[in-house]
Amino acid sequence: MADAAPPSKSRDLDKLLLRPGNLVGPTFDPGVQLRDDLQEYAKILVVGAGGLGCELLKDLALSGFKNLEVIDMDRIEVTNLNRQFLFRLEDVGKPKAEVAAKRVMERVSGVNIVPHFCRIEDKDIDFYSDFNIIALGLDSIEARSYINAVACSFLEYDSDNNPREETMKPMVDGGTEGFKGHARVIVPGVTPCFECTIWLFPPQVKFPLCTLAETPRNAAHCIEYAHLIKWDEVRSGKAFDPDNADHMKWVYDEAVKRAELFGIPGVTYSLTQGVVKNIIPAIASTNAIISAACALETLKIASAFSKTLSNYLTYNGVEGLHTKVTEFVKDKDCLVCGPGVLIELDTTVTLQEFIDMLEGHPKLLISKASITYHGKNLYMQAPPVLEEMTRSNLNLPLYDLMDKIPKDILHAIGTINKDNKKSSGLRKLRVDFKGIDGITDMDMAGGA
Amino acid sequence: MIRLFKVKEKQKELAENANGGAPIKKQTAGELRLHKDISELNLPKSCTITFPNGKDDLMNFEVSIRPDEGYYFGGTFLFSFQVSPIYPHEAPKVKCKTKVYHPNIDLEGNVCLNILREDWKPVLNINTIIYGLYHLFTEPNYEDPLNHDAAAVLRDNPKMFESNVRRAMSGGYVGQSFFPRCI
Repeated sequence: MADAAPPSKSRDLDKLLLRPGNLVGPTFDPGVQLRDDLQEYAKILVVGAGGLGCELLKDLALSGFKNLEVIDMDRIEVTNLNRQFLFRLEDVGKPKAEVAAKRVMERVSGVNIVPHFCRIEDKDIDFYSDFNIIALGLDSIEARSYINAVACSFLEYDSDNNPREETMKPMVDGGTEGFKGHARVIVPGVTPCFECTIWLFPPQVKFPLCTLAETPRNAAHCIEYAHLIKWDEVRSGKAFDPDNADHMKWVYDEAVKRAELFGIPGVTYSLTQGVVKNIIPAIASTNAIISAACALETLKIASAFSKTLSNYLTYNGVEGLHTKVTEFVKDKDCLVCGPGVLIELDTTVTLQEFIDMLEGHPKLLISKASITYHGKNLYMQAPPVLEEMTRSNLNLPLYDLMDKIPKDILHAIGTINKDNKKSSGLRKLRVDFKGIDGITDMDMAGGA
Repeated sequence: MIRLFKVKEKQKELAENANGGAPIKKQTAGELRLHKDISELNLPKSCTITFPNGKDDLMNFEVSIRPDEGYYFGGTFLFSFQVSPIYPHEAPKVKCKTKVYHPNIDLEGNVCLNILREDWKPVLNINTIIYGLYHLFTEPNYEDPLNHDAAAVLRDNPKMFESNVRRAMSGGYVGQSFFPRCI
C-alpha cells in the first residue's frame, strides 16, 4: 500500500460543497470555485467573544471561513474560564476579543481574525456594511436591538414595496441561559427581525419596592434591598458598579445583615452576584450546541449547500433534550424592518405642507402628525412646551430639515381616521426627493 | 454564492452614498414608541412636563405635580423620568426629586408604585405613570410603605399626619428629618 496522502483538511467540507444534493438551497452551485470563494471573499463578523463568541469563532474557522472579525468590549474574568475555552488563567484582565482571535489563529492555519476591543456603538456604518453575515453571541436585549437596527438599516424596498435582495444583511443570533438556548436566522425583509418578535420576551422579574423595604420573604429580597435601597441611603451620589468587587461585597454584607434581621436563610455571595447582575449560571455544553447551530446556519447562508433554518430554533436541556423550530412571520408594520409608506416629494415642500399632505394620503390618513427624523423632533403637536420649541421648523423645506439627503426614513405620529374610527398611529415613511441633479437611480445600476 | 458578493458590493455603494462614514444616527424603536406616548399625553392641569435636555432628548424629562386636593394640596413635587432604549419592554425609572413626607416615597426619592416595577406592562404608557403618581398624593396608603414612620402616623393619627405634611411642605422638621419648602 503506497503512502496515502493525509486526508485533506477540507475533506468534510468538500462533501458538502463539491457535489450536488437533494436538500440544497435554490442558489447552490457546487464546485471548487464555491469552496475557494468562501475562503477568499466571505467576511463574517462575530459579535461577542464570550461563551457563544469563543465557540462561534472556533466553529467558523474550522468550517472554512478565512476572514473573520470579532468585537467585544469586555476583559477576561476568572469566572469565564469554565466555558470560554480560548482563555487561560494568565489571560485574566486582557481583552476578550484580542485573546480569542490570537488563540484561534494559532490553532487553525490560514484563518485571519481581526479583533475589536470596543463597544458595538463605537463603530460606524461603514464597518458593518463590510460583512456578508453577522453572527451574534450577545447577552442582552438592548445589544441585540441595536445590531438588529444597524443590519436592517441597510434594507431597501423597491417601488412595489418588495425588499431588495442586494440590500439584505443576514444575521444569525444565538442566546443561552442555563440549560436553555435559541438560535435564529434573521434575513431583513424576509424573516421577522429582532424587533418584530420582541414582544415574545416575558417581563423581567421586579420586586415591589415596599416588599423590599418592609416585608422581605426570601434571600433575593434581602439582596435587592441592599442593592436598591440601602446603597442609596448610605452611599448616595456614587453609582453602584456591579463589576466593582468592593461594591458587590458591600451589598453582600448588607444583605446578610438584613437576612439575619428577618431570619431568612440562603444569602450567599454567588447568589448576590446572580441577583444583582441578573446572572444565570452558564453551561459550556449549551453554548456549544447553540453556537454549532449558528455556525451551521452561517455556512448555509454563505454557500447555500442546504436550506436555512426557518427561522427560530429553541433548545431545552433541563430534562432530557428538546428542540423545536418555529417559523415566525415578519410584522409588516415593523418600525425597524418594515417597508413603511413610500412618499415622493419635491425639494421645495415645507414641513407644514408635508404634515397637511399626510392627512389626505390614502395609505396614511394621519391628522395632526408629529414628525421625527433620526432622533430629531422636527415638529411636535403636543405637549405645548415641545410644540413651541419646534414651531419654527414648519416653514422650512423638509429637504433641508432632512440634511438634504435624497432618500431617507422618517416617522409620523398622529391620529388615524379609518372607517370613522379614530386611533393613534405611528407610521414609518420612506421619503424620496425627486428632481435632484446627479442622483443615480439604484434600479438601473448594473442589474444584479 | 456569487450573489452574496454582489450583495456586498452593492451595500458598500449604498453606505458610501448615504453618509460616508458617519457614525450611525440610530433612533431605537423604543424612542419612537416614547415619541408616540409623549405626543399623546393628556395631562390634567395639575401636571406639567419639561424637557431639560431640549426638544431632541425625549428619554430624560421631568414632570411636576401640584395636587389640587388632599393632604398635599398646594405643594409642588418634581419627578425625574429616565426611559431606556428598550422601552416599553422595561419601565421608565422614576424618582422623586422633591424631599417629601409620604408613606410611599422614601427620603432618597424612591417611589413605591406597582406599575413602575412588578406590574409594568408594555401596553402601559407615560400617561398612566403620571396618573399613578398623581394618585399617590390624593390617596397615600399606609399598607406596604416605603416610609414606615409616615405610614404609621397616617394609619393611627390622620390629624397628626396632616399637620406633619403641612409642616414638611412649608419647610421644617418632622422627627429627625428636615424637609425643604415646596409650597
